[in-house]
Amino acid sequence: MVTHLAAAEQTATEHVPATQTAAGAATQPESPTRTGLLIIGASQSGVQLAVSLRALGFDEHITLLGDEDHRPYQRPALSKEFLQGTVESESLIFRSNEYWAEHNVDLVKGEYIVRIDKEADGSGVAHSSSGKQFPFKRLALTVGARARKLEIEGGDLDGVLYLRNADDALALKARVGDAQDVVVIGGGFIGLEAASSLQKMGKNVTVLEFGPRLVGRAVGEETADYFLQAHRSRGLDIRLNTSATRFTAGAGGADDGGAVAGVELQDGTVLPAQIVLVGIGVIPNTQLAEQLGLSVDNGIVVDRFALASDGTTVAIGDCANMPNPVPGSAPGERIRLESVNNAIEHAKVAAYSLTGRREEYAGIPWFWSNQADLKLQIAGLCNGYDQTVLRRDEERGKFSVLYYRQGQIIAADCVNAPLDFMAVKNALAKGQNIPAEAAADPATPLKTITTDS
Amino acid sequence: MPTVHFTDAEGAVRDVQGNPGDSVMETAVRNGVPGIVAECGGSLSCATCHVFVREDCLSQLPPMADMEDEMLYGTAVDREDNSRLSCQLRLTDELELFVTTPETQV
Repeated sequence: MVTHLAAAEQTATEHVPATQTAAGAATQPESPTRTGLLIIGASQSGVQLAVSLRALGFDEHITLLGDEDHRPYQRPALSKEFLQGTVESESLIFRSNEYWAEHNVDLVKGEYIVRIDKEADGSGVAHSSSGKQFPFKRLALTVGARARKLEIEGGDLDGVLYLRNADDALALKARVGDAQDVVVIGGGFIGLEAASSLQKMGKNVTVLEFGPRLVGRAVGEETADYFLQAHRSRGLDIRLNTSATRFTAGAGGADDGGAVAGVELQDGTVLPAQIVLVGIGVIPNTQLAEQLGLSVDNGIVVDRFALASDGTTVAIGDCANMPNPVPGSAPGERIRLESVNNAIEHAKVAAYSLTGRREEYAGIPWFWSNQADLKLQIAGLCNGYDQTVLRRDEERGKFSVLYYRQGQIIAADCVNAPLDFMAVKNALAKGQNIPAEAAADPATPLKTITTDS
Repeated sequence: MPTVHFTDAEGAVRDVQGNPGDSVMETAVRNGVPGIVAECGGSLSCATCHVFVREDCLSQLPPMADMEDEMLYGTAVDREDNSRLSCQLRLTDELELFVTTPETQV
């Protein structure tokens, strides 16, 4: 049984600062209490920032503000366990209400910040769309990213859905029972995870990928091919180099409130679809940073210590464009990572920064994606590789691709091969190598051939 | 109500009551037990919710699946015979569990 995430949350607003004024009052609003740190964005990086600050002994009041009507929750399961109904919504909640209360953190839900006035010392006031004010001494932007919209005819029909937050997932779940045919647009992680879940739930799923291979940006060609074959052999209809030209409405038509009924392709084919799920990437939320006059370029530009161009505001997670933290990356190279691991590690950097310490980003970026019975774990970033080594154990269903640059291992994609993943992640973290020649035999544990490079 | 006693690497003990059906990891994280990181939220991808289970409690726990077994080889502090990933341990009604968290999870 699915419960609405909001249903169990009636007690979560009791620590909201006293910012409310009587509706329609003509007088100047009463000045609300100033928080020590206002964190805008109550998802993975915002939560971690608050938690890490408390661990470091930061003792000022913290306000953790989000625009959703839910307590801070974990997103990864939305396309998998939560969609399939194998976890309760309560399991996705990051911290108990008691935790936040005990740690002097006010949770503010359902407030969308539209404008921020900021002073040179880093303090200021944030204004929400509901007219509330949130004065702060320091500001953290953990505003994340939003789903990229597919702007084609019929794109606003009922039943054309996205999957970024809990409300998106609830909307998808609410429709799934009546749907038989689902078209997923985008063969990236979100699209493939959701497609696998929906297929498992008995739906007839077709995945349309605009590009020539799956997961174009995140994995190398061998891994993309592996996933293509693996998904097709599990019955998923995947069409590469294919895009939708319009969504067609059912009986009644779009003007009459009709829901989506089909997806028309370039060649005129119309695929039946009672649900269209669009997963074509995200756009970092930079509106507030732009309004503040901060430097923005594919995300909010920050330095190695998570400080934005004003030198006082921190910006972390999906919304931040940072110097590439991976050892050995080219000087001046910048990167914006969309991952849980980055949200956590970047938050730690920012927490040090806000407490007056300068600590570099630690650890090796890693990612995971669970699709059907395929458990993909990625260690490192494979950009700029010049050699790959395949490790394939058909019998045990294991598959790994190791990536090398000038003989040095830089990353690995591992499917159902956690030992390989762990070995590469640990080697990268310690600056070690796993020589390519010795790694080719899948029977050789990578840990045993790891060398100090 | 199930109770989990978390002892950290320095010996400090934290007793946390949980809900039947929740994992030991969830119970720890929601209450801010510092020795459990759990980056992946329980999807058996990160091995940062490693615990050492007191020997006499081991028999109360579900058997270990292959994936958990493999992941345990990648923990930050090396596994021992009583190692488990706490995301795989579900609380049952009257469970009283004693675990020690490793010095580091990452």
